Amino acid sequence: MISGTPPGHVPAIELRGASKVFRTPSGASHTAVRDLGLTVEQGEFVAVVGPTGCGKSTTLTLVSGLEEPTEGEVLVGGEPVTGIRPEVGFVFQQDAVFPWRTVLSNVTAGPRFRGVPRAEARERARDWLGRVGLASFADRYPHQLSGGQRKRVALAQTFVCDPAILLMDEPFSALDVQTRALMSDELLELWGGSHGGPAASVVFVTHDLEEAIALADKVVVMTAGPATVKQVFPVRLPRPRKVEAIRLEPEFVEIYREIWSSLGEEVRITRERGASRVA
Amino acid sequence: MSLESVESVGAPIAPTAPAVGRASARAKAARQRRLTVYAARVLVLVVVLVAWELMARNGVIDPFYFSMPTRIWDQIVQWTLHGTPQGSLGEQIWYTLYEALLGWVFGVAGGVVLGIGLGRVRFLADVFSPYIKVLNALPRIALVPIFLILFGLGPASKVASAVVLVFFPVFFNAFQGAREVDRNLVANARILGASNRRVTLQVVIPSATSWIFTSLHVSFGFALIGAIVGEYLGAAKGIGLLVSMSQNTFNTAGVYAAMVILAVVALLAEGLLTFAEKRLFRWKPGDSGSGE
Ligand SMILES: Nc1ncnc2c1ncn2[C@@H]1O[C@H](COP(=O)(O)OP(=O)(O)OP(=O)(O)O)[C@@H](O)[C@H]1O
Ligand SMILES: [Mg+2]
Repeated sequence: MISGTPPGHVPAIELRGASKVFRTPSGASHTAVRDLGLTVEQGEFVAVVGPTGCGKSTTLTLVSGLEEPTEGEVLVGGEPVTGIRPEVGFVFQQDAVFPWRTVLSNVTAGPRFRGVPRAEARERARDWLGRVGLASFADRYPHQLSGGQRKRVALAQTFVCDPAILLMDEPFSALDVQTRALMSDELLELWGGSHGGPAASVVFVTHDLEEAIALADKVVVMTAGPATVKQVFPVRLPRPRKVEAIRLEPEFVEIYREIWSSLGEEVRITRERGASRVA
Repeated sequence: MSLESVESVGAPIAPTAPAVGRASARAKAARQRRLTVYAARVLVLVVVLVAWELMARNGVIDPFYFSMPTRIWDQIVQWTLHGTPQGSLGEQIWYTLYEALLGWVFGVAGGVVLGIGLGRVRFLADVFSPYIKVLNALPRIALVPIFLILFGLGPASKVASAVVLVFFPVFFNAFQGAREVDRNLVANARILGASNRRVTLQVVIPSATSWIFTSLHVSFGFALIGAIVGEYLGAAKGIGLLVSMSQNTFNTAGVYAAMVILAVVALLAEGLLTFAEKRLFRWKPGDSGSGE
């Protein structure tokens, strides 16, 4: 794995034998992630799929620096992660917009925390609100929005900071099909470096296998929890892609079938475990 | 008109004729109901006052101990028109209010700062929590005589009494509020680049404000109690002194009159606080005045 890389080449994200053990309230320990090895190259788009509860979100918190691995190493840009880095953006699975701030103020939060002057932060925020289709909702409070609209606020909030490393935890799962396709294309455009800078490196967690294949350069399948990498499938569909059109390519269908059988097995294991625990 | 529009915020109204008719009917019913509630409230008050008056006049209860509404009213009128033995009535109210407010402000400021601080810094919480529990278990009202000896008969001793009564409920609520902040919000703020200070100021404090506000309502009452008890035990001015003077001259009407005045003052303060709260929590769901 490492032998093939030329000297001086630094992957954007690298996990080496990373494990995360949580302490449960009852005092027992719970292994969420075990011996995880994963490499994300500069500008690469990696989709992660796996059964529910296997440890995908935990993996992202390790990369973000919000949590430290119990064992092993997490490297970002070749350096061990010791805290939160400014180039990392994270779209959380749960609602995390600030309820006491208006939509506009939520989107300006990132730039303002980073010391961007107010006027410029507002301008950038308005631009992003337009892109996620919320321009006319700027002065609403989050509780006055629908779930999908709140999610789009979260997306704008992350994208406005121009992250070089983008961690996304099921970002589109609350959106309707049309908006989802629109946001996927928008995401591909942003990632493609339409801003003039180098492409962002993306880790994209999803339950939607079609979405994973349509977006990613490679799809990582995780095992039932504690998660480790089961298989990595490169996706060699040509770019630029349009998410809606690409689903119909024969190659797409082929790879979909492959990944589905690999993932299906883990999902079945997870389900059986859940059932036996209830019984 | 404005009342009607507030009433109808909850239901989206389609601009068709039957829907408009139904909505206005519903608004009318709601208005009707509210009027009935107000009428019933007034009725309860009148019944209680009349019963009190009649029982006192007919000797069912001893007016020496229980006084009667008309006498209490006469006492308030007399104080208002001719002043109290220790100066005008307004001056007494102002003194008590001033001591209570000052004590409340100090108590709230201390409670909020320490509560948030201990809620945020684990080490401080671990060190101080047993001492705070002990202090909270003390009957703090018993400290009032000590404050009188320490700070004299002036306002300082009353302010101190109000502070010790106000501090603890505010402190515990602020502490709890800081502890219960949604972890996702903190994580999000940190990812977006917020420093620790920013997280405290812009995430922890806003989410703890609803906790703090619940304690503010109770604690203003406590501040008044602190000031009154302090005045009662020894002062040159204030409503508490009015109570003790009336008591010493066996003027029960005076004692009740002072209590009525206090209740009005407390209700006004409560109203102001609710108003401030409404303005501050526009971002919360379920608030009919949702910013529009
Ligand atoms: N703070 C925590 N303390 C204890 N256990 C935790 C904690 N966070 C997560 N876990 C456990 O770790 C496992 C992995 O959780 P994680 O959130 O990473 O799953 P996931 O793969 O993101 O699932 P989903 O697809 O449903 O979002 C779960 O079994 C969960 O119960
Ligand atoms: Mg998850």
